[in-house]
Amino acid sequence: MFSALAGMLGGIGHRIIDRLWRFGSGLRFFAYILIYSGESFRRLHLTIREIYFTGVLSLIIILVSAFFVGMVLALQGYNTLQRYGSSEAIGVLVALSLVRELGPVVTALLFAGRAGTAITAEIGLMKATEQLSAMEMMAVSPIARVVAPRFWAGVLSMPLLAALFSMVGVLGGYMVAVPLIGVDSGAFWSQMQASVDFREDILNGVIKSVVFGVACTLIALFEGFDAPPTAEGVSRATTRTVVNSSLAVLGLDFVMTSFMIVA
Amino acid sequence: MSDNIVEIDNLSFGYKNRLLHKGINMVFPRGKVVAIMGGSGSGKTTLLRLIGGQLKPVSGKVRVAGQVVHEQDRAGLHALRRKMGMLFQQGALFTDLSVYENVAFPMREHTDLPESMIRDLVMMKLNAVGLRGARNLKATELSGGMARRVALARAVALDPAIIMYDEPFAGLDPISMAVICNLIRNLNDALGATSIIVTHDVEEVFAFADYVYFVANGVVAAEGTPDDLRKSELPFVHQFVHGEVDGPVPFHYAAPDYRQDILRSGNV
Repeated sequence: MFSALAGMLGGIGHRIIDRLWRFGSGLRFFAYILIYSGESFRRLHLTIREIYFTGVLSLIIILVSAFFVGMVLALQGYNTLQRYGSSEAIGVLVALSLVRELGPVVTALLFAGRAGTAITAEIGLMKATEQLSAMEMMAVSPIARVVAPRFWAGVLSMPLLAALFSMVGVLGGYMVAVPLIGVDSGAFWSQMQASVDFREDILNGVIKSVVFGVACTLIALFEGFDAPPTAEGVSRATTRTVVNSSLAVLGLDFVMTSFMIVA
Repeated sequence: MSDNIVEIDNLSFGYKNRLLHKGINMVFPRGKVVAIMGGSGSGKTTLLRLIGGQLKPVSGKVRVAGQVVHEQDRAGLHALRRKMGMLFQQGALFTDLSVYENVAFPMREHTDLPESMIRDLVMMKLNAVGLRGARNLKATELSGGMARRVALARAVALDPAIIMYDEPFAGLDPISMAVICNLIRNLNDALGATSIIVTHDVEEVFAFADYVYFVANGVVAAEGTPDDLRKSELPFVHQFVHGEVDGPVPFHYAAPDYRQDILRSGNV
């Protein structure tokens, strides 16, 4: 009885230590990326190429999702607002929901699924096929050549994608609210303009998306770099990228929103 | 200046409590082709990684060009690695780059040569491996033998003093194998380099190596010229060179008694 309990506690302890160890490795990895960033900035074409792969190629899924999210927001919002006779406020509701919350959060979740998994699988396979080792043996740092450009590409792409998400989402909301439901177009836009504050709403949304960009890209890169060089190892790492990125985004969102609302 | 470009001195290496190498001594004289042979899992590839400074020994020293590899800082290690070229088992070509860009990669990273000169150098290296015509192919479009030849052109891109080969013949057809054998010898002599080949293909490597080390159970079990080793009466060398199924290296992995194992009921 006692030994079983001790074994169970030992198992839990092992897991906690293991997690902490990985978290520490992740932070050290982040520090390395920052240290080697100077080297990778000198080869800016690498970062630009990665912006194409992570940012531009994610555009379609992000924009299509944004349009649908905007349309659904308008439908749901109208359904509630009309009970209080304030259906003109639908523009405000759609814009604020998107700019403050849904834009950054949904973009980050889609980014983790579309670009994050691609990054993890690519780096994991590069490791499995000894490409990273070969680079090291050629006296080229894989962190400077492979990891840092992808990191900055992700961090730069995320706020831009989130901004596009919000923009297309508002358009989607407009399409449902004005032509479909018949809300006054002038009221839709003017109320939105009057109520959305640049610092309070837009800037806070941008801050969130930058933080999500750092978190999602870092997790994807670390999981790829840390993956055991086998088929199973890479597949597990890819799954962990999606799970950990999603949890990190939702957790960080709560923390940042608390600070932003209290402040 | 020592005649040996690489010296391994009483080297031990292992993971946790299990030592893979237990006091290995080897020397690699300049200009020679030296093979390291041994069964699968005997730690041959690990030796190359120790020479390249990707792993640190538990004890003992690896010297390259007179400098202890694992005592170097990052800059020193990079300087040493620029003297080395390594051919990985599956080539390890960068799959997002073309053949041309793969060979140009080390030149672009380490030199400020103008594009026209890089082009000439890449053409020369690709011509040496017979793949000048394949320069525009993607790395993923090559056969195993071709990929390894491109990787070889990349490994010698900066005319290294030491060329290391990790299982260069694994999975190749006889023609590709003969091509690689010729290339190793010719490149070594043309560049005045030293070649270290890790392999278990006896016939191929005995045909052109100058010296051979046999690694077994973490130590150098035998060494000598290919002719010496062919005549060797050491049981392990005899079994390896003649490819016998049973001998000092047993056919069976350590297991309990067969009869008892069969009769025992229950889980595996």
